[in-house]
Amino acid sequence: MSKVVITTTGETLDAPMDPRFGRAARFLVYDLDSKSFEVIDNSESLGAAHGAGISAAQSVAKTGAKVLISGNVGPKAAEVLAAGGIEMYSFNGATVAEALEAYRQGKLTKIK
Amino acid sequence: MILAIASGKGGTGKTTVAVNMARSIGNAVELLDCDVEEPNDHLFLKGTLRSSHVVTIPVPSVDGALCDNCGECGRFCEYHAIVCMGGPPLIFPEICHGCGGCAIVCPRKAIKEISHEIGVVEALDCGTVRLLQGRLKVGSMLTPMLIRSVKERAATTGTVLIDAPPGTSCPVVAAVEGAHAVALVTEPTPFGLNDLMLAVDMMRALGLPFGVVINRAGMGDNRVNDYCRAEKIPLLAEIPNDRRIAEAYSKGKLAVDILPEMRAIFLSLYQKLLALAKERP
Repeated sequence: MSKVVITTTGETLDAPMDPRFGRAARFLVYDLDSKSFEVIDNSESLGAAHGAGISAAQSVAKTGAKVLISGNVGPKAAEVLAAGGIEMYSFNGATVAEALEAYRQGKLTKIK
Repeated sequence: MILAIASGKGGTGKTTVAVNMARSIGNAVELLDCDVEEPNDHLFLKGTLRSSHVVTIPVPSVDGALCDNCGECGRFCEYHAIVCMGGPPLIFPEICHGCGGCAIVCPRKAIKEISHEIGVVEALDCGTVRLLQGRLKVGSMLTPMLIRSVKERAATTGTVLIDAPPGTSCPVVAAVEGAHAVALVTEPTPFGLNDLMLAVDMMRALGLPFGVVINRAGMGDNRVNDYCRAEKIPLLAEIPNDRRIAEAYSKGKLAVDILPEMRAIFLSLYQKLLALAKERP
């Protein structure tokens, strides 16, 4: 099972990426094996006064994904994601599909 | 008697009113600068630092030899200040609220609590004014907790003035709660009126006696006056839109020192606040 999470403002593969991580609108969880996806709402982190990145990182970990693609990831969120063994990639493309394609081609920059 | 100075909108003149009123009152008065994210009353009152008290909260520290990574602490913490990702818990002291719950729920007693600084409370002697100010540590989010710490150190008798942070959020509530009367400082502009209305809602929700101070009166329109009249909110003072007041402020000087005739405005405001406080049921 290999899943990739992409931050998005929409609910489809054509939807725009959300450049924010902790306060992203939604997470699109794409399964590379079955080529299917589901969309997870991030409203709980969005509404948090503090610690949105940490809570979002926990949501990503719960999906079982080991790869995250977003615009940027804050330091606290990065610490939590790293502890969960999740690789982080930065991408500033237009859509979720473009991010996935760039990931498949190995064109993404890893966030350390 | 505790009198607070607040405002919905920032930059309307809370500091101007607070420091000038404190100076005008003359006899021993205590001013609490509760705008702990950026205290600035000291720029105008220029006192001597008498004491500095470090404010801490207890935050968790995990004993790796006892912890078996069960995750109970992470599940308990509402603020995600302690997070379990399968391995040893990750701790984020800057968002911890110091409740101690993680240490209680830990089945292996692997969590002890250590002190974490959130800021300092400083006492300064400024002539007739004793200034107490909080300074929040950069990165800390516990603004209301530090504000309460400033207030705990205030005198229990005499006149205490509170310079609140701007806005209508938790830090403002922490600053004004317990006050006997509140002056809401605003400016005669659409922005001033909009944020004044938010502040009025807050005062009514808190059940505090309050009135309005219009700063830079004459620079905008009459809508704030009309609003106060319609809402039956007492207008406590109008500070004229005088360039000399702004110039004094820009140099860190008190308006009442440059323009002694201004004292009457701040003393009258003080008397009206005292009267408001006494009307309280």
